Amino acid sequence: MNGKRSIFLISVLAFGMAFLYVPMLLLILYSFNSSRIVQIWGGFSTKWYGELFRSPEVWDALTLSLKIASVNACFATILGTLAGLALVRFGRFRGRTLFSGMISAPLVMPEVITGLSLLLLFIWLQETIGWPNERGFTTITIAHITFSMAYVAVIIQSRLAGMAQDLEEAAQDLGAKPFRVLTDITLPLLAPGMLAGWLLAFTLSLDDLIIASFVTGPGSTTLPILIYSRIRLGLRPDINALATIIILVVAIGVIVAGYIMLRQQKQRALDMQMSAEKN
Amino acid sequence: MTQSPDYSERPWMDPEAEPFIKVQSVSKHFGDFTAVDSVDLEIYKGELFCLLGGSGCGKSTLLRMLAGFETPSSGTILIDGQNMNDVPPYERPVNMMFQSYALFPHMTVEKNVAYGLKRDRVPGDEIEQRVSDMLAMVELTQFARRKPHQLSGGQQQRVALARSLVKQPKVLLLDEPLGALDKRLRDQTQYELMNIQEQLGVTFVVVTHDQEEAMTLSTRIAIMDAGRFMQIGTPTEIYEFPTSRVVANFIGNANMFEGRIIENGDDHVIVESKHPDCEFYIDHGMSIPEGTKVWVALRPEKVRISKDSPDNADSRTNMIKGMVHDIGYLGGSSTYRVQVDGDHLVEITSPNMLRPKEAVPPIDWDQEVYLSWDASSSVVLTK
Repeated sequence: MNGKRSIFLISVLAFGMAFLYVPMLLLILYSFNSSRIVQIWGGFSTKWYGELFRSPEVWDALTLSLKIASVNACFATILGTLAGLALVRFGRFRGRTLFSGMISAPLVMPEVITGLSLLLLFIWLQETIGWPNERGFTTITIAHITFSMAYVAVIIQSRLAGMAQDLEEAAQDLGAKPFRVLTDITLPLLAPGMLAGWLLAFTLSLDDLIIASFVTGPGSTTLPILIYSRIRLGLRPDINALATIIILVVAIGVIVAGYIMLRQQKQRALDMQMSAEKN
Repeated sequence: MTQSPDYSERPWMDPEAEPFIKVQSVSKHFGDFTAVDSVDLEIYKGELFCLLGGSGCGKSTLLRMLAGFETPSSGTILIDGQNMNDVPPYERPVNMMFQSYALFPHMTVEKNVAYGLKRDRVPGDEIEQRVSDMLAMVELTQFARRKPHQLSGGQQQRVALARSLVKQPKVLLLDEPLGALDKRLRDQTQYELMNIQEQLGVTFVVVTHDQEEAMTLSTRIAIMDAGRFMQIGTPTEIYEFPTSRVVANFIGNANMFEGRIIENGDDHVIVESKHPDCEFYIDHGMSIPEGTKVWVALRPEKVRISKDSPDNADSRTNMIKGMVHDIGYLGGSSTYRVQVDGDHLVEITSPNMLRPKEAVPPIDWDQEVYLSWDASSSVVLTK
């Protein structure tokens, strides 16, 4: 019976994995297809990668996307951390419930609505104060900050809630003024949460198609917008190559993060053992 | 000319001594809940003062008000003559040792201890000197470069102590200082703490729920219940002369008898208990009118147990006959539970001075025994 169950489990696992990864494997495979027509296998070739790097359009889109993603991640981390701190550490203030509800609203709001409302805001701003005078890098970045900041705030909030307040009280007790407590104790302890928030904000921005396409203007094409517009003209092997590169980068990122976490865990286990032996 | 008495060990007895910490009708409310209910307290320099009580009695809230993490809803707190109500925690001349130790996990032991001095802008070489002196005192010199999570519980406790003492505070507040340690380490640390306190002469205010800890550590104890003090006194006063049944039962065990005062003389009081049927002759006068309903508390170790009927076997004063119901052998002593007058159980603790086979013959279950006590042993309580 045990054997039967394990066969069942293995096949479930296999189907699950196939469901997740077959599409990606196909994509990688077809990026090496020498034929221009995606559906027909014309032999192995890396020419689409070469073509990809010769295309200035792709380079521009990639640079723009990375620029937006990193500026967005930095601002979202700062604002999200401040919002999280305010919600968890400043006790009860007037409108706290309203504020905490509103900070999580962008998480559940349909993206088309966020995109549309931001577009309306930018148009209205342009007409009344003349800024932003064109839609592109600035507007996309602002739009991305508004929603990814909410994700950072949630991460920081949960990390702060799990962090005992007595560390901050101990610092105060030892003579640290509130701002010193923030820089000496709270922020260093929040650093892993802030890093996680930064990475999340970065990927969210790199990923976003819908909101960006609402608030972008002529000449500002992010990578997702580029891919989407090219696919509309038909499947193309150079886009497969681009997607393969993105998958590779993400995979390396995940593996490195996993390795660092594993090493930290081992170190901690070692430390625990050491202190236990000293007892 | 009479020599003035020496108050150095008992500053609270000295009518001229000025208390170091003064808590004046301080209350703290959290919404509808009253954590601390209009308490007054005076603590003198060099004392090791314990706030003792069960969980939720308000002892921690009072300590946090002394540290400045909570502000009193009403009343004032004075430390060294200075009103503390509007002084933030980082400007108070007190330091606190947290129950969780609250060591900064991202700093080494050395940096943890140095943190308070750095905030005070003490020059670098002096910081180094004071930190290494402090680490030497708590015997952690070789662990200076470790992170807190690389230390055992007892070592972490000592780092926390060093960190809170290095600034030479006027008052050290300790929140359940031994709570997280196991029994052996606890006993050892208890005496270390007392030695350090004596050595440095710092005023300690300790919060604890452990009565044994409070009894061994403190110069005086305040027993707290529901936000108020039940009694404040030295460990001996509280144990030997409790002023209420709650205190008598909270500190140690007590046999409680309900009765009425039937005779109130100048030098003695007689209390009659109907159930169990006996009389208590107490060898000092009291200002309680005859006929008042009172309780008599009798500590287990102050009752003698004997198989032989004493000379005055028919007397019912300070003596009662009963049947052994239970015996608990604890090694150094034994606890007997004796059934008297039907279902009333009296507990007696008696040291085992002789080995059982030499004790001729030992007291056994279901045996008839005589319990007796001295005229000075029992305490009369009115509440």
